[in-house]
Amino acid sequence: MLRLKNNFSIEHDIAGCGLCGIINVKKIRTNGEDIKKAIALEHDRGNGLGGGFAVYGCYPEYSELYAFHVMYDDLAAKEATEKYFKNNFIIEKQESIPIFKTSKINDHPILHRYFMKPKSDREDRLFSELKDDDFVVKSVMLINSDYDGAYVFSSGKNMGAFKGVGYPEDIADFYMLDNVEGYMWTAHNRFPTNTPGWWGGAHPFTLLDWSIVHNGEISSYGINKRYLEMFKYNLALKTDTEVIAYILDLLIRKHKLPVELAMNVLAAPFYQTIDKMEPEQKELYTALRQIYGSALLNGPFAIIFGYPDGMVALNDRIKLRPLVAGTKGDFTYIASEESSIREICPFPDFVWSPKAGEPIIIKTVKTTIDSENISQKQRLIIS
Amino acid sequence: MTKSSFTNVQSEYLAVIDHAKCIRCKRCIQNCGWGTYSFGGDKIIADHSKCVACGRCYTYCPEGAISILKNPTVMRENGNWQDYHIKNIWRQSETGGIAISGMGTPLKYKKYFDHILLDACQVTNPPIDPLREPMELKTFLGKKPSKIELDFNEKGQPVLKNKMPPQIELATPFIFAPMSYGSISLNAQKVMALAARALGIVMNIGEGGLHDDLVPFGKNIIVQVASGRFGVNRDYLNSGAAVEIKIGQGAKPGIGGHLPGEKIGADISRTRMIPAGTDAISPAPHHDIYSIEDLRQLIYAIKEAVNYEKPVSVKVAAVHNIAAIVSGVVRAGADIVYIDGFSGGTGAAPTIVRDNVGIPIEIAIAQVDQRLREEGIRNEASLIAAGSIRSSGDAVKAIALGADAVAIGTAALITMGCHVCGKCHTGNCSWGITTQRPELTRRLDPEEHGEKLYNLINAWSHEIKEVLGAMGVNSIESLRGSKERLRGIELTDSELKALGIKHAGM
Repeated sequence: MLRLKNNFSIEHDIAGCGLCGIINVKKIRTNGEDIKKAIALEHDRGNGLGGGFAVYGCYPEYSELYAFHVMYDDLAAKEATEKYFKNNFIIEKQESIPIFKTSKINDHPILHRYFMKPKSDREDRLFSELKDDDFVVKSVMLINSDYDGAYVFSSGKNMGAFKGVGYPEDIADFYMLDNVEGYMWTAHNRFPTNTPGWWGGAHPFTLLDWSIVHNGEISSYGINKRYLEMFKYNLALKTDTEVIAYILDLLIRKHKLPVELAMNVLAAPFYQTIDKMEPEQKELYTALRQIYGSALLNGPFAIIFGYPDGMVALNDRIKLRPLVAGTKGDFTYIASEESSIREICPFPDFVWSPKAGEPIIIKTVKTTIDSENISQKQRLIIS
Repeated sequence: MTKSSFTNVQSEYLAVIDHAKCIRCKRCIQNCGWGTYSFGGDKIIADHSKCVACGRCYTYCPEGAISILKNPTVMRENGNWQDYHIKNIWRQSETGGIAISGMGTPLKYKKYFDHILLDACQVTNPPIDPLREPMELKTFLGKKPSKIELDFNEKGQPVLKNKMPPQIELATPFIFAPMSYGSISLNAQKVMALAARALGIVMNIGEGGLHDDLVPFGKNIIVQVASGRFGVNRDYLNSGAAVEIKIGQGAKPGIGGHLPGEKIGADISRTRMIPAGTDAISPAPHHDIYSIEDLRQLIYAIKEAVNYEKPVSVKVAAVHNIAAIVSGVVRAGADIVYIDGFSGGTGAAPTIVRDNVGIPIEIAIAQVDQRLREEGIRNEASLIAAGSIRSSGDAVKAIALGADAVAIGTAALITMGCHVCGKCHTGNCSWGITTQRPELTRRLDPEEHGEKLYNLINAWSHEIKEVLGAMGVNSIESLRGSKERLRGIELTDSELKALGIKHAGM
């Protein structure tokens, strides 16, 4: 039987991994060939038990609709889940996710996608006033925890996740990503050590428009999870990555923190740094730590976080996992290894290693790169 | 063997002097607060019945001539009627009084800290070396908003919209437990004040008022308002870092306090603001708190008095329904809740209460933390766990079970020489801690023992850093409430459920 959910007794998933990300700040769309090439070079960072991609800008014709990518173990699960969808959503279009049967991917679940929006007269309106986004989040959590054999792995607008059990280059072929176009791509190669062969466990992990690929293990998982539960997040998957996505959802969408500040919660500056800040800043950063101490991600991690306006790369506070960035014109590349960047961009304008806990934030359209985020020292200029 | 009078209760200990070694310096006579020793013309004589095994005499005997032995005279063994029961019956049949004891219960109840093991990192996530990397123990006690509110300055940078509610900043997650002037000596309070200031933490002066000598330590002091309201006035409330309302104590939940009039000398009388020689009685309830809404009124009366500039703490004893009680206390406006568990210390408590009432702090803190999270109000108050924290290991476990910080009472007294003899209520403490007799209190040097207490907390803080590093985290907030890093051994399913942790191997 295929595993869509984490049925292992282990509370959180332990994994080492490889990451890649590509963004074009002018939102010029490219197909999935480059990202596949880049992540394929990190083949040895995974063990064939999980690979995946997130792409932004892939559904321009349905950009106002939530694009649900759903895995089903069997037709009964599909039927039950679709009943829920029909009751609560207006489904504009639904279809099988196009796949190419490759010998490298042995078994796969039923993969289906739906373009839809919540009904305005849906049943929960009788007793609550959830906004559409909140209702989608609630629906995703409900299906993932309560609907056996069904798992929503993508639920954003004009973006999608494509993932499964296999090496990422094979997953790319499986989903025929050379036919998919987007302005931002992230990719993940997974090396799980104790929950192998689990389709839902592959990265990216997404929620609404957020997507996360993550290399690391969150040693603070226990308290991060309990903190999120206070805000009614249901951590059905029991993975580190899920925790990161929900924390970002809480901080950015619900608590309205600017992305930069949210990153300073995940990898909070040390008090020894805060103590040297100007009074106004010191007050802010101290308050952030006081309020969001339980959301601090502790332990080794490198993440690439995608959202419609850009991409963020972040290391833990003492950089226990690799992360390299490079730029060339309107493109910015992030990867676990510099060789991945050079594989698809042999002569980048800059290549540098982001400092521990310092987010690299690349926003689309207006700025190329937030240069304040790269201190001069870490720029290793190679023409 | 000598007996001071005919009683069924045999001496518990024998003070044995090696007369070949003894040089008759009489230091033991001076040092013993209990009057065990006297000079018999040519040699030291010991009245064994007075010995409590406080350890003072042999510590200060220059010749090592004194041994304190457990009295080998047996009572007929009986697994059911143990010495402890029989002796208490004799004692009470002789006096007709309530049996009183000092310190936490000496009875061997299950200690849950001893059945919890910690996690560490291997391969998949790396441990962190605290000698090479920053390791943060800084802790803030006080109410935190559930979300940050931001404004943007003229440069477009985010700034805080509202000031944070008042906090106590601790350099390390320890505080000294409330012990009043009266229950302990002023010098013992000074030991804690000096150590607290040097460590960047706070002490709690208990309910006995604030002595003038401690006023300069205000930033490192929590002042207490208990049912006796001793020494309470507006200046007093404003003289510390926070104000604590004492509702209960782990060693004696539901019981008040009584400092007998003979201990109320001029100095204590001035500090407590009561006439000298009168009994200082703290009633069991506050006579203005007969319900949760009354507590709310007192909390806000105090907040008004301190202009909302100091956090208000509420100290409660861990009793069966503690989770619901603390939830109520938090909703009543407390910024900090101090939970004192069964086996917590006391200067004096009815033995029946000390030995039989309450629940262990491990379970209490786990339940309270869980309940506050379920109600979405965990951020509204910080939690302090107390009730015999014996080591940094206990502290780490208490914090992982959900405490923001732990309070150290007995452990602090042990650094001053206390041998946990449990006779605090008699006022004869040979170490100058739980006594007001000037010849005894003057031997407790605040500077010397302040340094020892500083050393202890410093050492424990280093140990916590080691454990954090082994767990692969570099900040205490990543341990706080992280029950996932704890595993139980030799615990039943019900016990594991009450603690909210898994069994080892799961």
